[in-house]
Order: sequence, then structure tokens, then C-alpha cells
Amino acid sequence: MKPYVPQYVGTVTKYVFVDSPDTTPQDIATAAYEIAQGVMIKETCFGCQITGLPEDVKRIVDHLRLLDPFRIFIKDRGFPPGDSRRCRADLGGARPGYLGHEYEMGLVRYFSHGLKETDGMTKQALKKAAGNELPVEEPLDAEILEKLFSEEK
Amino acid sequence: MAKIFIYPATSLILSDLVERFGHEPLGSAISIREHVQTPGFDSPPIQMTSEDPQKGLKWAAVEVPSGVRGRMSLYGPLVEQAEAAIIIEEPDFAFGCMGCARTNELLVFMLREKDMPRLELRYPATKEEGVTFVAKIKQFLKDLEVKHE
Repeated sequence: MKPYVPQYVGTVTKYVFVDSPDTTPQDIATAAYEIAQGVMIKETCFGCQITGLPEDVKRIVDHLRLLDPFRIFIKDRGFPPGDSRRCRADLGGARPGYLGHEYEMGLVRYFSHGLKETDGMTKQALKKAAGNELPVEEPLDAEILEKLFSEEK
Repeated sequence: MAKIFIYPATSLILSDLVERFGHEPLGSAISIREHVQTPGFDSPPIQMTSEDPQKGLKWAAVEVPSGVRGRMSLYGPLVEQAEAAIIIEEPDFAFGCMGCARTNELLVFMLREKDMPRLELRYPATKEEGVTFVAKIKQFLKDLEVKHE
């Protein structure tokens, strides 16, 4: 064992994802750089990562959201960018956590549509829309399962 | 502003929606960040130390695999802080960083056992379901605001 000295103590890192025909990751990164004031910005294929003091990161993130409010998504990241325990430049292959992002980015158009539709809704309309049920996936019928088993033999 | 535990704890969408509608999302990144920024000793595979499974004993019994206890040392404190929870049922991507099925089961069990407002839903598969999904979360978070006032 050896002492572990953490880097970037007191900072937060946020992922900014964009999936839009009007805004590219480069637009996002450029807009972030313009008001960075020393905060670390890293452009990525999906948007960018922002690392800095919480209040600075919040200021940038709030500004970026305005660029394309329904198509920009932001979440926290535990590790700073380039951390050798996560960065694929050191590890090779997809970054751990990539699969989750890939899955949700596949559905993101539904969320964008949902955000746009619910944005102007009145209280009653929102309550009505929230009252709709999301379809539940039917469990596999026991007889079909048995049939599948018997086919495998 | 309420602290909302999100499940899957790595979810981009839940994290974004909760923050967008004015609350604080509690997900893996919060615990991991605290872990990564705390000085201590390196211990392969670097992120987890031998102390973590011991901390996890608070939420999982000693005969439970150390992997579950180690993960619970990250999630347990968040569940204790949580004032509400949003759970996506059977998320397809609950592997990778969220990769332990037993931890996930224990986590969802703890969230359901805790006496707090809870919203359970599924991922949308169409645009219309997307509207319902967002509306449900928005309404749930608005109702929480009323309770907090």
C-alpha cells in the first residue's frame, strides 16, 4: 500500500450530453470556453466535461442549458477527466459507464419530446399526462417457457 | 429542494430531470466523488479499500459477498439521506458500473422499505410514452415541493 493523494479536491465534474440537429458538441464546448474563466473544459464526442469549483460549474452549466434546453442533458461525474482509473487512454476499450450512457442516449429523443411537450402544459394538463400509465411488460407465459425449453433439447 | 435518490444510480436522464426541476439527485457519482477526493491509502483495484466492505456491514450481513457490502458502503449513506426516490423498474443497462444484481435488489428493497415518497416507472419506448414519463417525474417533483413548503 502507498499513500493516496487525491487530485482536484473540492471540485465537481459534470457531463454535458447533447443530441440535437442544431447544436453540436463543438458548439457546446466553445460556448463553455467563452465563459470558462479558468474552469477545465474537455470536449468529447457527446458534448463536454466541466471540472471546477461547484459555483463556477453551475454558472457554466446553467448557461449551456439555454443553448438547446430540451436536448442538452447534464449529470454528475465522480472522477475528474483523464483519471487513470477511468480514462480509456490508459485502460483501452470503452470507458466503464459508457454502456449506460449509450443505452440512455438511444432513448433521449423521447425525453426531449417529453420535455418540449410538458414545458407549456397547464397544471391540469400536466396532471392528466402524468396520470397516463406506462405499459408494463408482460411476463413470459409459463407454457411458452416450457416450449422453449423443450425445443432446446 | 429535496434529496432524491435515483435508481439506476448512474442514470443520466433521472439525474438531469431531477436537477432540472429544482431538486438534488443522489446517485453513484456523489459517493464516488467523495471517495475519489478523500486522501488515504491505495488498495488494488484502487477505488475500493478494505475498509469499505466493513462499512457496508451496516446494510448487508457479514455472509453477504464483500462486493455487495463494498457497493452498499457507497449507496447506503445516500439512501439514508434520501427524502424521496425515483425508481426505473428493470432497467436494461443495470450492468457495467451498476453491475451487481444482488446489490441492485437490496438497494431497491431498501428504497421501498423506507417511508418516503416514491415514484416507480419504466423507460419509454415511444414519443407519447416519453411525454408520460417526463410528466410523471415533473408532477412527482412538484408535489414534493408542496410538501416541503
